[in-house]
Amino acid sequence: MARLLVGPFNRVEGDLEVSLDIRAGTVKRAQVNATMYRGFEQILQGKLPHDALVYVPRICGICSVSQSVASAKALADLAGITVPDNGLHVTNLMQATENLADHLTHFYLFFMPDFTRPVYASRTWHAEAVRRFAPHTGEQMREAIASRQRWFTLLGTLGGKWPHTQSIDPGGSSRAVEQAERIRLLSKLREFRRFLERHLFATPLEEMAALSSLDALWAWHDAALNVGDFRLFLSCARDLELHQLGAGPGLYLSFGAYSQPGGAHALASGVWRASEQTLVEPDTLAITEDAAHAWLEDAPMPLHPLQGMTLPNADKPGAYTWNKAPRLAGEVVETGAIARQLASGHPLVRDAVAKHGGCVLTRVIARVLELAIVVPMMERWLKALEPGDPYFTACELPDEGVGMGLGEAARGALGHWLVVKNGRIANYQIVAPTSWNFSPRDAGGTPGALEKALEGAPVLPGEKSPVSVQHIVRSFDPCMVCTVH
Amino acid sequence: MSKRSSDMFNVLWLQSGGCGGCSMSLLCADTTDFHGQLRDAGINLLWHPSLSLESGDELQDLLARVLDGRVRVDALCIEGALLRGPNGTGRFHVMAGTGVPMIDWVRRLAGVARHVVAVGSCAAWGGITAGASNPTDACGLQYEDDRPGGLLGAEFRSRSGLPVINIAGCPTHPGWVIESLMALAADSLAEQDLDSLARPRFYADHLVHHGCTRNEFYEFKASAEKPSDRGCMMEHMGCKGTQVHADCNTRLWNGEGSCTRGGYACIACTEPGFQEPGHAFDRTPKVAGIPIGLPTDMPKAWFVALASLSKSATPKRVKINATADHLVMTPAVRKTRLR
Repeated sequence: MARLLVGPFNRVEGDLEVSLDIRAGTVKRAQVNATMYRGFEQILQGKLPHDALVYVPRICGICSVSQSVASAKALADLAGITVPDNGLHVTNLMQATENLADHLTHFYLFFMPDFTRPVYASRTWHAEAVRRFAPHTGEQMREAIASRQRWFTLLGTLGGKWPHTQSIDPGGSSRAVEQAERIRLLSKLREFRRFLERHLFATPLEEMAALSSLDALWAWHDAALNVGDFRLFLSCARDLELHQLGAGPGLYLSFGAYSQPGGAHALASGVWRASEQTLVEPDTLAITEDAAHAWLEDAPMPLHPLQGMTLPNADKPGAYTWNKAPRLAGEVVETGAIARQLASGHPLVRDAVAKHGGCVLTRVIARVLELAIVVPMMERWLKALEPGDPYFTACELPDEGVGMGLGEAARGALGHWLVVKNGRIANYQIVAPTSWNFSPRDAGGTPGALEKALEGAPVLPGEKSPVSVQHIVRSFDPCMVCTVH
Repeated sequence: MSKRSSDMFNVLWLQSGGCGGCSMSLLCADTTDFHGQLRDAGINLLWHPSLSLESGDELQDLLARVLDGRVRVDALCIEGALLRGPNGTGRFHVMAGTGVPMIDWVRRLAGVARHVVAVGSCAAWGGITAGASNPTDACGLQYEDDRPGGLLGAEFRSRSGLPVINIAGCPTHPGWVIESLMALAADSLAEQDLDSLARPRFYADHLVHHGCTRNEFYEFKASAEKPSDRGCMMEHMGCKGTQVHADCNTRLWNGEGSCTRGGYACIACTEPGFQEPGHAFDRTPKVAGIPIGLPTDMPKAWFVALASLSKSATPKRVKINATADHLVMTPAVRKTRLR
């Protein structure tokens, strides 16, 4: 058995190392190590509850709005506040802007460049992949950065700046949108739609979103081979059999994205069990975090986040990461766009997962599809804004109590839990999407989702950073700074 | 224009105790061709965590070549605080795949780089990562909050002779980074172009207050009382824009934004120690009803006298609009010709 230590991984957010045991050209066992600790949960102890809104976005520069929203929701839960409809819509618009930018960034900057590697030089699609996605020179990659820059100007108006927007408050939004601004924002949404419809899909968004089966997707692909960047991905995926790579645990968690007036979500919450094709509501009381293999002080048993603790212990025997192991009723779950689309019942994603499970192919499909689904939603939210109606409800935060804020970052289920005593934060625990996906083994020795997904990955002779491992790792779009916070 | 790579200005970008937000902000630089803009300025990204193909062993190989002098680094850009803990070991951040703490990598690489650049307030002063009791013993490259020292020491000078250049901000503005790198690549950033905290003066010689859209409210001390109000946020909402060095309201963020335009206070994110202001971020501390953090370059008594005078002269329109989230009373339409 050979052992390979792979790192640093780039084109992921933050620092990641993977340790692989390899036999007969195949990964037998993988260990995922998040190699950095910053200590936000310690920093937040004793702070004024509202000050959390300055700290928590700074956990993460790629999904700072998602962190803000989860925190604002936890504070609103603590205080029992209801956000006015305008505030809800603006918050959703900001979070959707960030989530879709993350999907775009992931596809063009983080994921596709691996297909330009010399190892694929003999493939029919390689030259085209290089032309489009080569780091520093790829034409489509550069178009995507330009489009992303324009796209983020939405957040300049809606939230002042990105990242680390501070306009999101438990009472709503500190930025009211004026009538004329609404028109300008709509034209920016259309500009982004045009980019997606011209470059990524080469197809109208509504037509993309309406694809209802894997067969329909492949028929769409075959009808205009490699026209549009998503079709080129599908060509690579079919050739490299990416549907056989990176099988997830088969249990998918979504907390529900984009709260709507009245309490529903635009993208549903739910736990999808692939083997039984069943959907149930997530039981948040069944969430625990296990620190058995983390460089963190252990509790005698895994704790719910309201009781959770995060205290570093760099010398702990048997530990190999700064990430805890979150579990749902003791089970390993996968989270992300794939979970949101399964919970929302999207027929293409349900069909693709039924045929191939959670894998490199289906994760990318779900994420890209979400770009087609959410942009039209944003157009509706923008039109639903009522200038003149309030964006914010004034509120006092109580000196005692608990709060829970759940939401969906681009990478999946994000939860904040806080306890307030004597007007100060007595405990604050964060469970991030990549904490679920990249969790270490728990006390029972059960590997996390990525650790399991890497088992069976092929390793080519001489490879020091196996390309299959890179595809699998990046198919989750990991965010390590969120994971360890 | 194409230059040979040996003539290019080589940038090596590494991240440590931060959130990656300065890199994400960088990609929002106001240009239709991010890579083209850098290349046209003669800048070559040797390696960047979000933008490069090379992973794992390929990066380790590149770093080895940098350290033994086969590859030149013109600017070593560090994003994120330097994590010295626990107990000085640096084990709170070991560079993945290497077993070596990041602080050791940074010390070694800083020794061979022509310039060393702190990208963002974490790398400059420790920033948010050094909050509260600073559990990771985080510091900046050459400062710990406003105290010179940091990881590399107060006396450190890179091969160019310059101290660490602190492009502070949380996050930092993409324009500040791009322009600093371009100036360095063009050999046009010298010691006198840095302020007393080694921040590039082209942005640090301005105040956030300059160009603030709430200036009419400031003039009349017509103040916001809650988030979403349009009034000045200095009196009640904790805004430090009149004291903070940055051109946020004249350069703008993400097209047309800034913190104050977004409806929230300037929290002084370009300044050392902003992470622990000693008061609630969204509340202005006061003594006997007078805010303590007044503009630094005028006598306090004058400010108080002027404020009380302007308050008594506040037009009704300004007063009413200050506590509304939309324009309640519009300016009167008047003839402006003298004749």
